[in-house]
Amino acid sequence: MSDEPLLRVSGVSKFYGSRIGCQDVSFELWPGEVLAIVGESGSGKTTLLNCISTRLMPTAGTVSYRMRDGQFRDLYRMGEAERRFLMRTDWGFVHQNPADGLRMSVSAGANVGERLMAVGERHYGNIRETAADWLGRVEITEDRIDDQPRSFSGGMRQRLQIARNLVTGPRLVFMDEPTGGLDVSVQARLLDLLRGLVNDLGLAVVVVTHDLAVARLLSHRMMVMKDGKVVETGLTDRVLDDPRAPYTQLLVSSILQV
Amino acid sequence: MYVAVKGGEAAIRNAHRLLADRRRGDRSLPSLTLGQIAEQLALACDRVMAEGSVYDRELAALAIKQARGDLIEAIFLLRAYRTTLPRFGYSEPIDTGAMQVERRVSATYKDLPGGQMLGPTFDYTHRLLDPSLAGDDAPDDPEAREGDGVPAMRVSDILAQEGLIEADGETGGEEIGDLTRTPMEFPMGRDTRLQALARGDEGFLLALGYSTQRGYARSHPFVGEIRIGEVEVEYRMPELGLTVSLGRIRVTECQMVNQFKGSAKAPPQFTRGYGLVFGQSERKAMAVALCDRALRADELGEDKFAPAQDEEFVISHSDNVQATGFVEHLKLPHYVDFQAELDLVRRMRGEHARKQGGDEAMPEAAE
Amino acid sequence: MTLETEIEDGLASYNFAYLDEQTKRMIRRAILKGIAIPGYQVPFASREMPMPYGWGTGGVQVTASIIGPDDTLKVIDQGADDTTNAVSIRAFFAKVADVETTTRTGEATIIQTRHRIPEEKLTEGQILVYQVPIPEPLRFLEPRETETRKMHALAEYGLMHVKLYEDIARNGHIATTYAYPVKVEGRYVMDPSPTPKFDNPKMHMSDALQLFGAGREKRIYAVPPHTNVVSLDFEDYPFEIQTFEEPCALCGAHGVYLDEVILDDRGGRMFVCSDTDFCEERRAEGHRGHLSGEAMEAAE
Repeated sequence: MSDEPLLRVSGVSKFYGSRIGCQDVSFELWPGEVLAIVGESGSGKTTLLNCISTRLMPTAGTVSYRMRDGQFRDLYRMGEAERRFLMRTDWGFVHQNPADGLRMSVSAGANVGERLMAVGERHYGNIRETAADWLGRVEITEDRIDDQPRSFSGGMRQRLQIARNLVTGPRLVFMDEPTGGLDVSVQARLLDLLRGLVNDLGLAVVVVTHDLAVARLLSHRMMVMKDGKVVETGLTDRVLDDPRAPYTQLLVSSILQV
Repeated sequence: MYVAVKGGEAAIRNAHRLLADRRRGDRSLPSLTLGQIAEQLALACDRVMAEGSVYDRELAALAIKQARGDLIEAIFLLRAYRTTLPRFGYSEPIDTGAMQVERRVSATYKDLPGGQMLGPTFDYTHRLLDPSLAGDDAPDDPEAREGDGVPAMRVSDILAQEGLIEADGETGGEEIGDLTRTPMEFPMGRDTRLQALARGDEGFLLALGYSTQRGYARSHPFVGEIRIGEVEVEYRMPELGLTVSLGRIRVTECQMVNQFKGSAKAPPQFTRGYGLVFGQSERKAMAVALCDRALRADELGEDKFAPAQDEEFVISHSDNVQATGFVEHLKLPHYVDFQAELDLVRRMRGEHARKQGGDEAMPEAAE
Repeated sequence: MTLETEIEDGLASYNFAYLDEQTKRMIRRAILKGIAIPGYQVPFASREMPMPYGWGTGGVQVTASIIGPDDTLKVIDQGADDTTNAVSIRAFFAKVADVETTTRTGEATIIQTRHRIPEEKLTEGQILVYQVPIPEPLRFLEPRETETRKMHALAEYGLMHVKLYEDIARNGHIATTYAYPVKVEGRYVMDPSPTPKFDNPKMHMSDALQLFGAGREKRIYAVPPHTNVVSLDFEDYPFEIQTFEEPCALCGAHGVYLDEVILDDRGGRMFVCSDTDFCEERRAEGHRGHLSGEAMEAAE
């Protein structure tokens, strides 16, 4: 791992009127590191994810990102053009519902190829080849390349969404409950695939989940949130095996009882 | 052949002569006078004035006659005339509180200062065709009584006394939007939006307003008040410091009282939807009020999911002169584009046939 | 004042070229802005015109704002001077501006067009005014004005290529035949109006000024003379124009855009120049196509 973090989050808070979305959250994310943000629904984990991925303006705090030139930049001081460019090249965002992250009426090939075209790739053959390659890597057979995602199963759509995000070789990917809404067997296969891709590509990932099993399988480090605040952070194995905060203990024990 | 290679000019001339003939119809019948149209088809004139956005009853009557009773065509005629008129300035806001009311009803109060007045309404008529109207029987004179001199206070003012309803909106400075003079931009201010709605197609807005009642952006509307009558139009001449009256116009105003809303800062209050149109048309005024309220979704922090809440959708498609022009332009020749498509389809069919042929033996003499 | 005199007064007071001078100034400002930012759609306060929206109100407003008494106007629709809408617009300007009109491309100072660019090369000093129904090239990919304006501002045009990609994936080639999107001066993606893509190369480095008016959608845009206009494509699926297998049946011209004319109910057809002026001039010069004799007879 590099000796500098990729993402620095400091003092991020988001208030909706007098209601707290998340409060005073700080952390650093290192290249190749997978951080899981866990908590129940309403704990503020999605708000936090949106704040650090520039999808939602925080009320306070800063989020800075180490660009490819090595310079840290404050994401909320960038121009919109630059920020949008960053989002579609160096970043990825995997939505819980694939329909939110895909163009449902456009073929799988074009869904994967869109980011390439957006950054100026103008050779149809190359775009198609790259798309086919990525479909293969997420276990979608090449003969589905011209089909629209609406004819895909939930698991396939999610894998397509992942391919669409990874095609430009991003360094950082945000995931919002990537296995939510899938059958248990499909979940397991997707998690396996994700773990392989993350390792192979050395991706840094921030994954939001309410499912401690997802956190255990994917993440190196985890952050437990409750009522908008971080109640515990640590290496995933440590937090799950030896939770310190009473809330984490409750969370872990309730899972284990199931 | 309507796109004659030659003779387009003569064809157009002849078509217009035929139109003039058909417009006149049976010559043995007397020609309609503008007065007849203005007096006896008054509500048609009102609609043409409202959506044509020119308040001139005789011109509206002329437009209706010229359009053979096609009201959208008549509105178009009036609009094309309006656009050439010089603009001297903008009148003072009309005061509907000082309206000489002919009809005034409220659904929110049983009785109220100034009273409920039904006026010349179709409501409570039984919709039975009346054969007596086929003739020329003079109707009875209407009942009349002296007014009691009590001004008909607006229902919004009654509610406002207790702070129960939101105040009149701010126009955002002295400049008021005018979409016939400045480029339209989204998102637009409420002033421009109301102007667009006032000019909008009655049928389109009616359907959208109706959709809000059926659950596509429900707003719990109550008719606070509908009033129809004449108001004074005044113009302030800044050079002279004088305000002069330009005359009186008849308008219909609808104030809809809607779902209340409160926040941490503001106590709960009813919200409002507003509609105002030239002439007598409460259907249109009510539809505008419903649409106005639905279109305030962003301002009031409501979820947006229904067509009536979508400003770009509603405003971009409410103008019937634009809509009819673009729909009807499809009958203009498009053969150059069609030729391009034809060529492509033939080429693709050729490719398809060749591919098919590759799979199986080519039939001999494929004709 | 009686109604009649009021209307008469109204008619009598129509300004030169119909629009009042204030409106013309507003439109000229929009045109100048459009010229300064080639391919950028400038919003303008489009007026209601005495012809329907969708029938050339944008082009008419642009023409009305730039035309002077010394101009010579040509109006074409589908390449022809004699199509009904072209006749109607030409008659409008002959009436309200009392300008000279012509069908000769070379003689015109202003050419208002719907759906074609004349075959004859335009020259410096000429102005081509396009009637535009939908100025937004991204409209059918993204219906929202607020969003498309942002996409233009940030030059986010990836979606445009997604559309072309889908064409090739589905049909084996780009299936857009008219209103084929172009990139102007390396910056703005622009809709050339529904001209066949055959005409796209004529826009590139043209000597003439090209103005585009969309009345209903209230946009004006421009391509100044000598401006780069490139049709979007892929390196391995380059932009191609339509080609016709046979020459014009009347004048024998090759490499021009042809209309298909159905001759009888047994599938008989001929292909003739869409640009009627071009065809007539060639025939006047003595060029003949293989059906010119018969077609002349049939027309008698």
